[in-house]
Amino acid sequence: MAVKTKYELKLGAATREAFGKALVELGKENQDVVVCDADLSKSTMVHWFAKEFPDRFFSCGIAEANMVAIGSGLASSGKIAFVASFSAFVLNKGFEQLRVTAAYPNVNLKVVGTHSGISIGEDGPSQMSIEDLSLACALPGFVVISPADEVSMSAFVRLAAAHVGPVFLRAGRVKVPQIYDPGQKFEIGKAITLVDGKDVTLIAHGLMVAESIRAAGILEAEGVSARVIDMPTIKPLDTDAVRIAASETGAIVVSEEHLVDGGLGVRVAQAASLSHPCVMEYVGLTDYAESGTPEAVLEKFGMTAANVAAAARRALKRK
Amino acid sequence: MQQTKDLAALQQFCTRIRRHIVEMITEAKSGHPGGSLSAVEILAVLYHEVMRHDPENPQWPDRDRFILGKGHAAPVLYSVMAEFGYTPVDQLHTLRRIGSIYQGHPDRRFIPALEASTGSLGLGLSVGLGMSLAARLNNSPTRVYVVLGDGEIQEGQVWEAAMFAAFHKVDNIVAIVDFNKIQLDGWVKDIMEVEPLADKWRSFGWHVITLDGHDIPAIRSAFSEASATKGKPTVLVAHTIKGKGVSFMENNPKFHGMAPTKEECAQALAELN
Repeated sequence: MAVKTKYELKLGAATREAFGKALVELGKENQDVVVCDADLSKSTMVHWFAKEFPDRFFSCGIAEANMVAIGSGLASSGKIAFVASFSAFVLNKGFEQLRVTAAYPNVNLKVVGTHSGISIGEDGPSQMSIEDLSLACALPGFVVISPADEVSMSAFVRLAAAHVGPVFLRAGRVKVPQIYDPGQKFEIGKAITLVDGKDVTLIAHGLMVAESIRAAGILEAEGVSARVIDMPTIKPLDTDAVRIAASETGAIVVSEEHLVDGGLGVRVAQAASLSHPCVMEYVGLTDYAESGTPEAVLEKFGMTAANVAAAARRALKRK
Repeated sequence: MQQTKDLAALQQFCTRIRRHIVEMITEAKSGHPGGSLSAVEILAVLYHEVMRHDPENPQWPDRDRFILGKGHAAPVLYSVMAEFGYTPVDQLHTLRRIGSIYQGHPDRRFIPALEASTGSLGLGLSVGLGMSLAARLNNSPTRVYVVLGDGEIQEGQVWEAAMFAAFHKVDNIVAIVDFNKIQLDGWVKDIMEVEPLADKWRSFGWHVITLDGHDIPAIRSAFSEASATKGKPTVLVAHTIKGKGVSFMENNPKFHGMAPTKEECAQALAELN
């Protein structure tokens, strides 16, 4: 597929909204789709599913651990069970249940965490999820996906449902720029090159994909040719895409709204170390953030195109 | 469903299961005899007379489900499943050995006929509820049976599940508390009292049946009452004796998680006739 050269990056829907809508469509097509909620349906947007299919929606109250294990029981009996909450709650409070009732027995559970990262803004660090990818990736057998926009989220909800095995799908609270045109094809485990370039590769997931596209624009004005890759599947990683980026551009910057420790960056570094070691830089979090508007929080904690561009310059110097 | 056996035959079956438990744990040199021996009659009645299951067709969608919440009592479950032909009896002695299907705690990767992998306490009732909900959606006659330890119910998730079951009027699930009064570190009342247990479950909206968990006619009648109870979940608070059937293990906290020596095994087998 030809790589687009211009992205308008017009603001689209939040990925949680795309998830909620896709879930309703999925529910219409497949009677086996069921949803469990822990008193956040209006935030995770599964309330649309609840309204449409009340018999297939289970209110668990504020009890994430119970919700995850109930989802595993439903999945063990042949249902395509989605359990949804904020990432911070479903991963942290439900981790033991994800491990023992889903990962270890390889149960077909679909886990959706919304309000991921720090862009939830005002609610602050107790609700922000910056460890979820590290936790989810630690579970053998789990597929871990962090879509960048509404089109990709819609597609990945379907792909997650079609995949046999446990999946963690990461969604955000705020509206994010549209990157893909409707009809774009996605695959679990496949990266997508959004901008071609030869000097450095900018890899990202979630809302940092749009920032990386913007960073490529900043770098282009400086005469640097940056490749941009969306890596929606954190696990299993597209190691071929990493190897090719490392060998063709010799420098990689990984940007993510997550702790650097345990995030996509270290997974990319591991893959590069096994195929084609290259200079790498990381744009991510190193500590808990704070309350503020989403824009202010993202800026203060270094989640902007300027931060990505700066990291690329550092990488180029070390090349 | 199996035909009701006469009482003497069922008691003989229980003795055979107890012999398996003692022998396999002795051979393994580790394991949990006390809480395996306390649950023998409960599992014997379930598998012989209550549950709709078919060892020839373990994935039959409308089968009843059994989950051993207290996964450390795996030897009682393995022995019963083996006696029913799910797994080989002559391999029971490989318990806990590398490569054995009889893992330290129930593991579906090794025995696909197991409904859940358990061992971390407090999760089984929730998983069972998911299966109950699926059965309800499918208009399936499936019923779900979950055996919980009395120590296990100290886990908060059990009470999340208890609240959920009553709220959603899940009446195709039965929880059985193997109330043997002893947990790893000693007596339950000294570690974290769970009494008044029947009152707790009742206040959570469950139909509660209190019984002697070694009295086979009482167990039969409790499961019949559970099946007839509609609109709410049922729990059997089964008063049992840890280490039941082996004199020196009975009510002895030491045998929660300690294997008998060869000599103790011989003595136990002499008692189990």
